[in-house]
Amino acid sequence: MAADTGVGAAERVAGLDRLELGPRKDGGPGVWARKLWKGTWPKVLAIVIVVGAWQLVVLAEWRPVFVLPPPSRVFDELVRVVPTASFWDSVLLTMGRAATGFGLAVAIGMIIGIAVARFQPLRAAIGSLITGMQTMPSIVWFPFAILLFKISEEAILFVVVLGAAPSIANGLISGIDYVPPTWKRVGQILGMRGFGLYRHLIIPAALPSFVSGLKQGWAFAWRSLMAGELLVIVPGALSIGVRLQTSRDLNDAPGLLAYVIIVLCVGIVVDIVFSAADKALRRRWGLTV
Amino acid sequence: MSVGTETGTEHAVRLDGVSKTYGKGRTALLALDDVSFDVRRGEFVSILGASGCGKSTLLSLIAGLDPLSAGTIDVSDHRVSLMFQEPALFPWLTVAGNIEIALRMRGVERAARRERSARLLDVVRLEGFGRKRPHELSGGMRQRVALARALAQDADVLLMDEPFGALDAMTRDILHDELERIWRERELTVLFVTHNVREAVRLGDRVVLLSSRPGRVLKEFPVEQRRPRRIDSPQVAELASAITDELRAEVSRHGR
Ligand SMILES: Nc1ncnc2c1ncn2[C@@H]1O[C@H](COP(=O)(O)OP(=O)(O)O)[C@@H](O)[C@H]1O
Ligand SMILES: [Mg+2]
Repeated sequence: MAADTGVGAAERVAGLDRLELGPRKDGGPGVWARKLWKGTWPKVLAIVIVVGAWQLVVLAEWRPVFVLPPPSRVFDELVRVVPTASFWDSVLLTMGRAATGFGLAVAIGMIIGIAVARFQPLRAAIGSLITGMQTMPSIVWFPFAILLFKISEEAILFVVVLGAAPSIANGLISGIDYVPPTWKRVGQILGMRGFGLYRHLIIPAALPSFVSGLKQGWAFAWRSLMAGELLVIVPGALSIGVRLQTSRDLNDAPGLLAYVIIVLCVGIVVDIVFSAADKALRRRWGLTV
Repeated sequence: MSVGTETGTEHAVRLDGVSKTYGKGRTALLALDDVSFDVRRGEFVSILGASGCGKSTLLSLIAGLDPLSAGTIDVSDHRVSLMFQEPALFPWLTVAGNIEIALRMRGVERAARRERSARLLDVVRLEGFGRKRPHELSGGMRQRVALARALAQDADVLLMDEPFGALDAMTRDILHDELERIWRERELTVLFVTHNVREAVRLGDRVVLLSSRPGRVLKEFPVEQRRPRRIDSPQVAELASAITDELRAEVSRHGR
């Protein structure tokens, strides 16, 4: 009865644990393939619908074919353009700008985020400023950016950073604000303070919110960059935006649409990367079922 | 209150005239008023009281998380650790990582951390679970990890704030046995807060009953039954019902 030996107790504990954990759900390769298919078919269907609708509009001859080419023409143009070196130069130039701008925005957003989260007096003032900035379409900054930096790379970067940094700062601030109080108490009991508290508790706890901030910040950065490349044409720099402009100037509708598709693809690919990071994090934390 | 007068009695925790007021002025709330009692080294004391009577406040004062408003708390050179109702494990760390972080904050070397966390997992009977994530464990297992983390601090005074309150009866029952074993093996001093009267009697050498608003020591009940006890034994039930009567009287005093 109560006077059990240690062995009996150990077995009881192990038995209860096994019952509570339930049977292991193992996913074989079949499950994996089904999951992949489940994730893929909506996207395939979306492409089919868009291309089909497009083809219908072309067939209805709503606009002349040289203005609105059929999907097949644009596809041929993509196949012709993508393997060329000049295409990759444009993509690299634009992605380089995106990376620089986004990187700067991350650095600045983090500094602002931590400063605001740490110092209460900054909170009220800068907190609402950040929210205000987020509501602004960043394109309105371009005239001012051109005044400040002339027609230059800096003008574009300036606006990209202004567009992205507030979201990144905001993600970090709300992550820090919503660290559960019991975790903070545990940190206190374990003797965490100062930098160690941030390193071992606050920053990791704020990570999911920070990642959402990064994702949103990227979306703003990418939009600002495209607006910038159309408005601020730096001489000699053949960016994706410049390609779009030139195609329009030359009435090259297939080329124009080909680059629109490229812009779409870049957006989707980067979004997939952020979503994957977000999902991996949630799985590790046990926030998904 | 009951001060050990025999010579050689060592106290792990001494509370003397402890008061705690939250807030100031008209909205001030006297949570604890003139609470005094001693806990002997190696003693298991259950602290019992209605919800909101200041039990959690008392533990955070002893743990040094909040300043006192009056009185003194003496834990001399004992290391104190605190466990909550929620395991509050960090989801970004593995089970072993959650224990190792406690060791790390105490400056234990990396290799030693590995080894000691594995040993602590053995103590709470979770050998082999070190690489799991907290969310992969059941509630009772998580609470045992939290216990291992508290033990990792090398505390000899363990404060527990309704640690099994969220668990089902069967799991709780088994964890009572486990806690009793660990308390014995490691010669801990335990202050165990609960609002479950039977749990208090099942575990404690002594039950300290707190009044509500403000929290004062209402009465102390020594529990003289031999261990190990069963929560459903007649002796436990008998003392528990006497304490429950006392608690009922205290609660209904506030209804008037
Ligand atoms: N940080 C706080 N600020 C103000 N009042 C508090 C705070 N913490 C607890 N209290 C109040 O003190 C009283 C005792 O709380 P607590 O110690 O949590 O009680 P228990 O753990 O016994 O349920 C309650 O009335 C509660 O509302
Ligand atoms: Mg409480």
